Amino acid sequence: MSEPDPNGLGRLSEQPAVSDALPDDPSGVSGTQTARRARRAEIVPQDRLQGPIPWVIAIMVGLMVIAAAGALALRNTGQTAASDLAGGITVQIVEARPEVRARLAARAAEVLRRQPGVSEVAIVPPGELAALVEPWLGRVDGAPDDPAGADSGLPVPALIDARLAGPADPARLAALGAALRAEVPAARVDAQSTWLTPVFGAIESLTWLALALIVLLGLATGAAVLLAARTALGNNRATIEIVHLLGGTDAQIAGIFQRATALDAAGGSLAGFAAAWIVVSLLGRTFAALQAGLVTGGALGWGDWALLGLIPLAAVALATLTARWTVMRALKGML
Amino acid sequence: MSSAPVGEIVQFDNVGLRYESSREVLTDISFTLFPGSFYFLTGASGAGKTSLLRLLYLAQRPSRGVVRMFGTDTITLPRDRLPLLRRRLGVVFQDFRLVSHLSAFDNVALPLRVAGVAESELVQPVRDMLEWVGLADRMAARPATLSGGEQQRVAIARAVIGRPQLLVADEPTGNVDPDMALKLLRLFEAMNRLGTTVVVATHDAHLLRQVPDSLIMRLDRGRLSDPTGALRYPPRRAAGPV
Repeated sequence: MSEPDPNGLGRLSEQPAVSDALPDDPSGVSGTQTARRARRAEIVPQDRLQGPIPWVIAIMVGLMVIAAAGALALRNTGQTAASDLAGGITVQIVEARPEVRARLAARAAEVLRRQPGVSEVAIVPPGELAALVEPWLGRVDGAPDDPAGADSGLPVPALIDARLAGPADPARLAALGAALRAEVPAARVDAQSTWLTPVFGAIESLTWLALALIVLLGLATGAAVLLAARTALGNNRATIEIVHLLGGTDAQIAGIFQRATALDAAGGSLAGFAAAWIVVSLLGRTFAALQAGLVTGGALGWGDWALLGLIPLAAVALATLTARWTVMRALKGML
Repeated sequence: MSSAPVGEIVQFDNVGLRYESSREVLTDISFTLFPGSFYFLTGASGAGKTSLLRLLYLAQRPSRGVVRMFGTDTITLPRDRLPLLRRRLGVVFQDFRLVSHLSAFDNVALPLRVAGVAESELVQPVRDMLEWVGLADRMAARPATLSGGEQQRVAIARAVIGRPQLLVADEPTGNVDPDMALKLLRLFEAMNRLGTTVVVATHDAHLLRQVPDSLIMRLDRGRLSDPTGALRYPPRRAAGPV
């Protein structure tokens, strides 16, 4: 062991005092700068990915991404359905006698074609209509093996499917209804979108539910980080006190914790997002295989994925800010 | 922010300290520390030495009175300005308070890193400092692998690496043998010759006789004994090259 050398002061006396080189503002040395230097010799020991926080954040981010993907898919489904049905109207001809019903349907179609802003008009063939309702109503009037006019089954109204150039708003529906009833009193006009109003309501409710879940998961993430930061602070209190007494500012000390938390949160967020991406992609493929118009209309686009990509970024920001706030608050208790 | 007269490092005026609702542990403490002076703070256990040192190294604010350091009233100074003053101090704690997971080199480098000194600029001074305290061959060692005397020297190196204007040491020789105690005292004297004001708390009467020019601050049950007024109105002496 070497002995102290009190006489070897030549080089040391040439060294400037730390206080000579200091800025007037102690905050002139940022937490980021200190954190960068601390990378070589970490002032606060950091067992990266050893603690529970990265995994908690991974689970939270994964659940948030899945919930948000569900919300976006529901929104897409609603928008696609609404857009498909926006200009669609259905005219029913309620008439028990098949031959009269067919004649009235043809006249109503003619009336519709004369109306301005009506782009498409098509009478739904009786056979197609009968096949559509047969699973629920059984054999109906107009079934393929029952020629129209035979009157051998339950009568169903004739249907005319029409499409307007603009939306089927109530005023437009009223005008069309009046024009039709002037020549075909048995005609009833409905906007196709009104039939799906309860479905749209349900979709909207589910979307809000998903958003509420995202907010709750975000709060839970913040709480978990808060507890972890407090624990880390408690475990490193002695070191923090030393850095504090050596002239470390609150921002410097908070910066060290902030950086550690940001790295943990980034690792966890990335893992959570990757897992959620796999789950959502697999679910998307499963639903696409159903070949059901309403379901496949909910497919996620690149814009949706870009939005989902903001969730891990927001989680990192939330974790970092929570850690900073916790440490700054604790440091305020020291002189 | 009011200023003390130029040249005074520390000025205490009627300072009292009370922890919560207990009786005062320091009462009516008044003294002035001038640049380049060497002080011993003595007193029996429980006399208030550590409490007075805590006030000196800004770990605590007094319950009453005025404390000025480097011309600044620390009582009214906003909390966020205190780090600037702390960086002008060097502190040797009784229990060393080395950071256990850092090497001797990193422990000594800590004040420089906190002060924002560039990494390339701190390597040589830290090596020189460790060489100076006789630990050139123990730079990479963690505190747990160092002896008590070695830990003490790392703590001293950390306290003086920033060339502080005021060095405060709490029983710095309490954990080492008499020979090593004397050697450590010589290190403080060397710092003092460079212009640093030194305050060493000790109850070792033998140590007091080793620095003839030193002034004695004697605490007795929280009160500072100053029969000649030398602590309050000390004879001026030339400042060293701080």
